[in-house]
Amino acid sequence: MHLSETVHTGFYFLAPWLVLAPVTGLLVNAAFGRRMSETLIGAVASLASGAAFVVSILLAYSVSVNHGLAVSVPFLEWIHIGSLELDWTFRVDSLSTTMMVAVTGVGTLIHIYAIGYMHEDVRFKHQEGRFARFFVFMNLFIAAMMILVSGDSYLMLFVGWEGVGLCSFLLIGFWFEMDTLARPSWANSDAAKKAFITNRVGDFGFLIAGFLMFWYLGSFQFDEVFAAAPAIAEAAPWVIVAITLFMLVGVAGKSAQIPLYIWLPDAMAGPTPVSALIHAATMVTAGVYLVARSAPLYTLVPEAQYIVAMVGAGTALFAATIAVGQYDIKKVLAYSTISQLGFMVAAVGMGAYVAGMFHLVTHAFFKALLFLSAGSVILGLERGHHHLAHHGHDKKPLKGKKKKEEHGGHDDHGEVFDPGDMRNMGGIRKTMPVTFWLYMIGTLALAGIFPFAGFWSKDEILLDASLHYPSVYWQLTIAAFFTAFYMGRQIWMVFFGKARTDAAKHAEESPKIMTVPLMVLAGLSVVGGALNLPFEGFHNLSHWLEYTLGEVHALPLDLQVAGISTALALLAIFISWLIYGRNPLKAGQTDPLKKPLGFLFTGMENKWFVDEGYGVLIITPFKKISQFLADVIDWRFWHDFVHDTVIAGTYNWISNIALDRYADQRGIDAFANWLGTTTQWISNHVRKVQNGFVRSYALSVLLGVVLILGYLILK
Amino acid sequence: MTSDLIVFLVLSLVAISAALGMLFSRNAVYSALFLVLNFVTVAVFYLLLGAPFIAMTQVTVYAGAIMVLFLFVIMLLGAENLPPSDALPWQKPLAVLLSAILAVEAIYLLFMNARTNMAIAAPEASVNTMENLREMAMTLFNQFLLPFEVTSILLLVAMVGAIVLTKQEKGGRS
Amino acid sequence: MVPVDYYIALSAILFVIGSLGVLSRRNPLIIFMSIELMLNAANLAFVAFARMYDSFSGQIFVFFVIAVAAAEVAVGLALIVEIFKTRKNINVDEMNSLKG
Repeated sequence: MHLSETVHTGFYFLAPWLVLAPVTGLLVNAAFGRRMSETLIGAVASLASGAAFVVSILLAYSVSVNHGLAVSVPFLEWIHIGSLELDWTFRVDSLSTTMMVAVTGVGTLIHIYAIGYMHEDVRFKHQEGRFARFFVFMNLFIAAMMILVSGDSYLMLFVGWEGVGLCSFLLIGFWFEMDTLARPSWANSDAAKKAFITNRVGDFGFLIAGFLMFWYLGSFQFDEVFAAAPAIAEAAPWVIVAITLFMLVGVAGKSAQIPLYIWLPDAMAGPTPVSALIHAATMVTAGVYLVARSAPLYTLVPEAQYIVAMVGAGTALFAATIAVGQYDIKKVLAYSTISQLGFMVAAVGMGAYVAGMFHLVTHAFFKALLFLSAGSVILGLERGHHHLAHHGHDKKPLKGKKKKEEHGGHDDHGEVFDPGDMRNMGGIRKTMPVTFWLYMIGTLALAGIFPFAGFWSKDEILLDASLHYPSVYWQLTIAAFFTAFYMGRQIWMVFFGKARTDAAKHAEESPKIMTVPLMVLAGLSVVGGALNLPFEGFHNLSHWLEYTLGEVHALPLDLQVAGISTALALLAIFISWLIYGRNPLKAGQTDPLKKPLGFLFTGMENKWFVDEGYGVLIITPFKKISQFLADVIDWRFWHDFVHDTVIAGTYNWISNIALDRYADQRGIDAFANWLGTTTQWISNHVRKVQNGFVRSYALSVLLGVVLILGYLILK
Repeated sequence: MTSDLIVFLVLSLVAISAALGMLFSRNAVYSALFLVLNFVTVAVFYLLLGAPFIAMTQVTVYAGAIMVLFLFVIMLLGAENLPPSDALPWQKPLAVLLSAILAVEAIYLLFMNARTNMAIAAPEASVNTMENLREMAMTLFNQFLLPFEVTSILLLVAMVGAIVLTKQEKGGRS
Repeated sequence: MVPVDYYIALSAILFVIGSLGVLSRRNPLIIFMSIELMLNAANLAFVAFARMYDSFSGQIFVFFVIAVAAAEVAVGLALIVEIFKTRKNINVDEMNSLKG
């Protein structure tokens, strides 16, 4: 491993350990997981992730002391074909180290949390053997994500991109043989397949972008692409537009933007730490990172930037409205994630890369916090539910739901208790106080209340939008209003009022191993804004990313923008109190919003029927076409007609009639027979020479003598 | 025309006549006697060619022993005169034709292609017959000793074979 | 002085007469005698050449030929006697059991 000659200080040489550390962890757990205790498995996985975190910190430090010097650390030779020379090279600059630190930091905390969470989850589902498998997948994800963010070329980034997609698939389908309520079903694996296939659509766009890039720009390597881009943009601007827009398709797939966001809500089928790590904090932000990384390309084509910004803003607003109508605690957060990703995409689309990255980091903190706290709530309810099942008191079914008598949740005859449904909660503030306060911090950060992290990052996006794209600004502002509203709704429904089920009444607080990482995340959610305060001298992240992204105009705080968004957030929380807080939801009561909003709420509740629309518009015709292709084209035409009738028939005809009857029987056979009969005929005649008379033999000898002598004379 | 040549021509006329006599005699006994005459004539040729030992051998072995054996067998079997048969009607003319061609070819080769122009005189009367015999014996027992010994084995085998073939087995196979 | 060619010519004539005998006569004894005549013709050529080249080898060869002829006659006549004993006939034209 050799370094660039100019760099003598720093820890750049450690870069490969970003990937090697989690790979080591996963290999250990994959090989020996069966024989190791859960604590040891979790420790190995967390240490592997933590080692990657330490390496990330050291790399960031190295970049810092070298004044933002971007260094490529060659690791392995990969593809050398013709003029294409692609190596596995680690790119260490301020942008990639930002992602590394955020991903590994949040990832390590989630690993630690998952030790406690999975300990109980595998027991509730009676699959203790899968504990090690979970951490193998988690480490694999960290490794893939590190490849993604540290790649020095689009192709290496794509390797990581596909790697995290695989891990996402594996982890969504972790409980592949059951649904989210642990009933035997293929619902979870269907969700995993949905995520994977939807991502394939996006990856297709990414691939097209890659092909165009290689064809017109001649390289995949970041610096080479960016160096070649301006000339191409001058000569053929449509090339860059096409590349950036196809890349946007990839971004829409991975970062769950319109129209490919539909997989993310279903991805909540995975265990909650997975939802927090992959489907909220890190993997889904890969698209944002991709746009930020490709900033030199997007800057060349404002049209594409505008489209990216509009897609992001539209997604932010659209998903926020759906989140209002959801009942599942994780589904609300899922749509919230989509909405927040829309904020980030809109930001990077507008060219506000720092704002986008800033929101990416803070969002990683508070959305991980929210998801993990939601997991804590769900487990708390599950504990309460099992507590009841074991102690057997108060068996009176509430809310028409038949309570399970046996633990494990396999009750096919009646409805199953859903610990994730907010209508089954209420009043958990008292039974799970720690989780409540953590959740509150997360909520305030997400809603953008001063001085939490979300306030600063969201405000920076809104400020940029107000300066450049008014329509984007208004969409985002309304989305921010909805954000605060649905979070308020969630808080009131989950933590306040009275318990609507016995399980909620007997919910138990989570152990320290889960709450301590949450506290760390909560702390980060509170102070995370300090990364980039909009005051002179505090634009830390802006200056940091300037090393990679070039000149960044750090904006001062705009009181008008900040005021409007804060006021709207407070107003939204107040409205949610009016609806859900003042009169807490009763067991079995329909949502109080349903009446005044009518069909609008039905739309929100049903995700605006987008899935159904895709079903009618795409999936059903697709299935029909596939069926047509399979039955008619392939089977009837291709197989029955072309293969059986035309090819096999012709072949049979040729072999039977032409070859067998004529060529073989009358040609080859006839020749062989002719050879035999002719030989027989000749020998029949020649045999008479052997007449047994010595004198005629002697005559033959004399004939030979005469002939030979004659030959000698005449020679 | 020298006396040598006259002797040669007369003797060769006798030899050819004897051979033709053997060929055309109906009676096998006459054929044998003609052949004896032929052999004796050839023995005289040997003498003319300076090979007295071969000439003597010719007379004793061929004209003596072998031809006596022939006569003995002819008389034993009563095969001196066989009836004509028509098994191979085309054999005789064909044989005559081919033999004629062969003779023409041989003579042609001799006098057209392989003319040697070398003449042989009859041996001088002073040539010591014993000297010739001695030299021949030296050659035979030095240079050709092995063939000589092999010939003795051949004669032994022939003798045993003749006995085995003609022996009348009693009570055995017949 | 007699040219060697004459001896050779005589030898050839005797040889042809012998071969004619082998081919045209049906009595195996006469066939045998014809063979002896052919051998004799060859012997004559040998001796003539031996005289021409003043070498004993030709004479030695004739000596061997006479020995072999003696052996051949002994066996051949024994065979003829045996054939006569089994078939009561020695006509070669009736001996064609090796017909193909």
